[in-house]
Amino acid sequence: MDKVRVKTMMPPGHVRAPAYLRGKTGVIERRLGEFGNPELLAYGHLDGPKQPLYRVRFTMAEIWGDAAERPTDTIDAEIYGHWLEPLDQG
Amino acid sequence: MPHDHHDHDHFHHEGMSPSGHPYRADNDEPLSYWQTMEIAVRELLIEKGHTTPAEIAAQIEAMDARSPANGAAVVARAWVDPAFKQRLLEDASAASREMGFDIGALHLIAVENSDDVHNVIVCTLCSCYPRNLLGLPPDWYKTRAYRSRTVKEPRKVLEEFGVSLPDSTQIRVHDSTADMRYIVLPARPEGTDGMSEQELAQLVTRDSMIGTGLPRTP
Repeated sequence: MDKVRVKTMMPPGHVRAPAYLRGKTGVIERRLGEFGNPELLAYGHLDGPKQPLYRVRFTMAEIWGDAAERPTDTIDAEIYGHWLEPLDQG
Repeated sequence: MPHDHHDHDHFHHEGMSPSGHPYRADNDEPLSYWQTMEIAVRELLIEKGHTTPAEIAAQIEAMDARSPANGAAVVARAWVDPAFKQRLLEDASAASREMGFDIGALHLIAVENSDDVHNVIVCTLCSCYPRNLLGLPPDWYKTRAYRSRTVKEPRKVLEEFGVSLPDSTQIRVHDSTADMRYIVLPARPEGTDGMSEQELAQLVTRDSMIGTGLPRTP
């Protein structure tokens, strides 16, 4: 499975990568295809480049650390490609 | 004497109603900025001939007509038809269209509950919800409490909804952050072997398709 990390950048605007997942590592659960980038669409840029969209699965342990209610439960979220950096398989 | 209280007005509309409940205030406060904006844009669209009041009313009616019964029909079909269930899990939009539901451009993903896995849907960023299949979201789905707590302590949230899961069950939270919408395919309850598809659909509650509930048992 592809391991990825959500970038930690904090740009202003209509961003759909939730802050609680930034900097967190997960695995790609499935690829969803190319979609319009909401960070452009929200401001009327309808012809901007599309982004691949991924469903990324994170463990509660990864997101909340010791505060996790149950470390092995998971959260899946949709993250656009420009928000993800690939990690070496480990 | 019974008529001593001359200054008491029996017809004013403050205090309590005759049935003993407080009167609800009329909603005649000034419009908010966005309410004014919506009316202005709507009136302009009508004035310029892009739409008509009848079209707007018809669209509102169509939106209000959608209900969890649509989703329940899809779930019941999946319970009785393994080939349909397979198609639903592969492409829930196409499977819903196949049943005649107008789900528009919605990209729908069905996630399946089993003995080992329980799925629950949330939208932490706003209130994304499969409206075309389930109708309007419940108010609690849009609250900050549900949105923030479901990703942090889903087991506690589910307990408050009356759903207690065994320790061996893994919880998968799905945060609808972008273009997909989600529906939970609950597990078919025990003791329903002889039931028809229509009878089964009656067991499928709205909350069981969000993941905050389980289907009824017969």
